[in-house]
Amino acid sequence: MTVSNSTSEHLLEVRNLKKYFPIKGGLMRRTVAQVKALDGVSFSIKKGETLGLVGESGCGKTTTGRTVLRLIPPSAGEVLFEGQDVLKASAGRMRALRRDMQIVFQDPYASLNPRIPVGHSIAEGLKIHNIGTPRERLDQVAQVLERVGLNSGHMRRFPHEFSGGQRQRIGIARALVMQPKLIVCDEPVSALDVSIQAQVLNLLNDLQKDLGLTYLFIAHNLSVVEHISNRVGVMYLGRMVELASRDQLFSKPMHPYTKALMSAIPLPDPTIKRDRIILEGDVPSPVNPPSGCRFHPRCWLAQDICKHDDPAFEEKEPGHFVACHFAQG
Amino acid sequence: MAQSDVLLKLKGVKTYFFTDEGTVHAVDGLDFQVRRGETLGIVGESGCGKSVTSMSILRLLGKTGKVIEGEIMFDGENLLDLSEEEMRKIRGNRISMIFQQPTTCLNPVFRIGEQIIEALQIHQGLSGEEGNKRTIELLTLVGLPDPVRRMRSFPHEISGGQAQRVMIAMALACNPELLIADEPTTALDVTIQAQILDLMRELREKVNTAIILITHDLGVVAEMAENVMVMYAGRAVEYAPVHALFEAPKHPYTQGLIASTPVLGNVRDELETIPGQVPSLLNPPAGCRFASRCAHRMDQCTQEEPPLIKLEGDRLVRCWLY
Ligand SMILES: Nc1ncnc2c1ncn2[C@@H]1O[C@H](COP(=O)(O)OP(=O)(O)OP(=O)(O)O)[C@@H](O)[C@H]1O
Ligand SMILES: Nc1ncnc2c1ncn2[C@@H]1O[C@H](COP(=O)(O)OP(=O)(O)O)[C@@H](O)[C@H]1O
Ligand code: SF4
Ligand code: SF4
Ligand SMILES: [Mg+2]
Ligand SMILES: [Mg+2]
Repeated sequence: MTVSNSTSEHLLEVRNLKKYFPIKGGLMRRTVAQVKALDGVSFSIKKGETLGLVGESGCGKTTTGRTVLRLIPPSAGEVLFEGQDVLKASAGRMRALRRDMQIVFQDPYASLNPRIPVGHSIAEGLKIHNIGTPRERLDQVAQVLERVGLNSGHMRRFPHEFSGGQRQRIGIARALVMQPKLIVCDEPVSALDVSIQAQVLNLLNDLQKDLGLTYLFIAHNLSVVEHISNRVGVMYLGRMVELASRDQLFSKPMHPYTKALMSAIPLPDPTIKRDRIILEGDVPSPVNPPSGCRFHPRCWLAQDICKHDDPAFEEKEPGHFVACHFAQG
Repeated sequence: MAQSDVLLKLKGVKTYFFTDEGTVHAVDGLDFQVRRGETLGIVGESGCGKSVTSMSILRLLGKTGKVIEGEIMFDGENLLDLSEEEMRKIRGNRISMIFQQPTTCLNPVFRIGEQIIEALQIHQGLSGEEGNKRTIELLTLVGLPDPVRRMRSFPHEISGGQAQRVMIAMALACNPELLIADEPTTALDVTIQAQILDLMRELREKVNTAIILITHDLGVVAEMAENVMVMYAGRAVEYAPVHALFEAPKHPYTQGLIASTPVLGNVRDELETIPGQVPSLLNPPAGCRFASRCAHRMDQCTQEEPPLIKLEGDRLVRCWLY
């Protein structure tokens, strides 16, 4: 399956990525089952582009981000960064890749050491990679703090002295200081209040424009993803079920799950009355995903074929990929 | 409005926390009322006092917190004057609550069925047999799959959405006059949120329960509430019927809040932002609490706090522009 035709313009290409987590049990601590967190996901991201990834809790968004960065090893699949396989990269190449690909987390507080000044945390990556003298590193930290809307004096302060929004700026500064090409943003604004969330989203947009950054932007909030992304992928139970440009996806969603997701979002306008698609039940367990189409137990369009045949992830319209036997605009 | 229509009325309520760092003015003079069957939405950013407001009504403030001033009149009686014993009879009976983390409200060592049956015994005096039957009815009503089997589950064996449905079933068990729902869907996925909001609407229609719906999600408020109170730094800054509020927000903070929310299907290049951040409630500023972030600030604003000013159409706004 090809999800792209030319490789050269793509910074990142992910092909058939799988990640199974073993569940151990019994006296021998043998693997008794597997969590199929990612079960064959393919997508690509162009240079300077933002790909949004949405889906409900547990569908595999974070696992995607982490395997792409090789923070956890995948079970199968390929990840190409600038055409080279990240998963087969030598130690030396991996060092360079670790600079090029950075991550920003949902809760920067949990990822910042509470006992050291934030300036040290930001400089840590530079130090590990032996970049610059201590003096130069200090300069870079100062610059990057200003760049994210804090000031250089903040580098001597500790994480607890900052608000949630400021901590997220520090998390961004820490990624930015490495001058990366790709930043995986895993729910970077989910913990923030809307007025602060807007500040951080605008900052991410500005940085992308000025520095030509590429983002893999993970979030469960569709409105936020629509706002920031050029293209959007929708995940369900370890699979990508729909992938399209922002405009295609939001004006003409084709997968029943995407449609349900969109219709479920409460809009801040009481004059709008919409027909709701209320899905029944919960997302099934990724240990034993349903046969055929994984969405079939909750899908109101399901037919017999859906119970047996896993629909292929196909390009139904130029640039618009869907995995559904009955995809329709 | 007939007096008997008013179910809950807060007058000048101040709730402070006395901590090592100082006194937290968490709720600093709050007035509002809820009519029978009405849904009042309370919105505002984290730390503005939404949860403390609900905990003040329920008198679940813990050791460090205290309502130091004001009245909380529920059906004509001041909840602050009741004994702990009398308050216990009201909680979970005439006033029910659901919270953001449903599992923390369920007792982890008892099966789900047992907990609902117990609530029915305490509040409605049902026997075990009757309670059992009614519990199955309630769990079916809230759409829990396979209720008979689920009754035997422990709280950790069910998902967040299912736990929230159980909490609503518990609330229903008591046919409450007032339901306080504090961020009831914040921890849930949108498709599950849609199910829970639907359920709350049903509850309102079937039992005519008044609901205080606390949330930071303007979409949820727009969809559920009849009237909305916007809070900022321990104070109500605006009060309006829901249509009026979204059509023409009056307070600069409400305006900023609405403009900074990304709206599905309405992409803008830049989101509006509210500069700065919420002031500390240890030492709330004199004058208007929003002044440090307000684009319309005037000299007067930092000197004297504006009162709640009455506008046409049942609206109130705390701002010197009006
Ligand atoms: N280390 C692990 N061991 C076992 N299972 C795991 C592990 N990490 C993740 N999982 C499981 O893999 C699936 C995907 O998890 P993942 O964290 O990628 O979801 P997500 O889409 O990021 O969800 P959320 O929106 O809640 O962050 C889930 O079922 C999760 O429970
Ligand atoms: N137990 C407590 N001790 C001290 N301060 C508290 C306590 N509970 C809440 N607060 C403070 O009261 C203010 C309002 O909190 P809360 O009502 O929880 O906000 P929210 O609007 O997010 O629900 C915040 O400044 C919070 O830090
Ligand atoms: S393949 Fe069938 S069950 Fe799956 S989404 Fe399409 S219609 Fe629904
Ligand atoms: S009173 Fe003044 S500072 Fe406060 S919101 Fe109104 S204009 Fe702004
Ligand atoms: Mg995640
Ligand atoms: Mg709260």
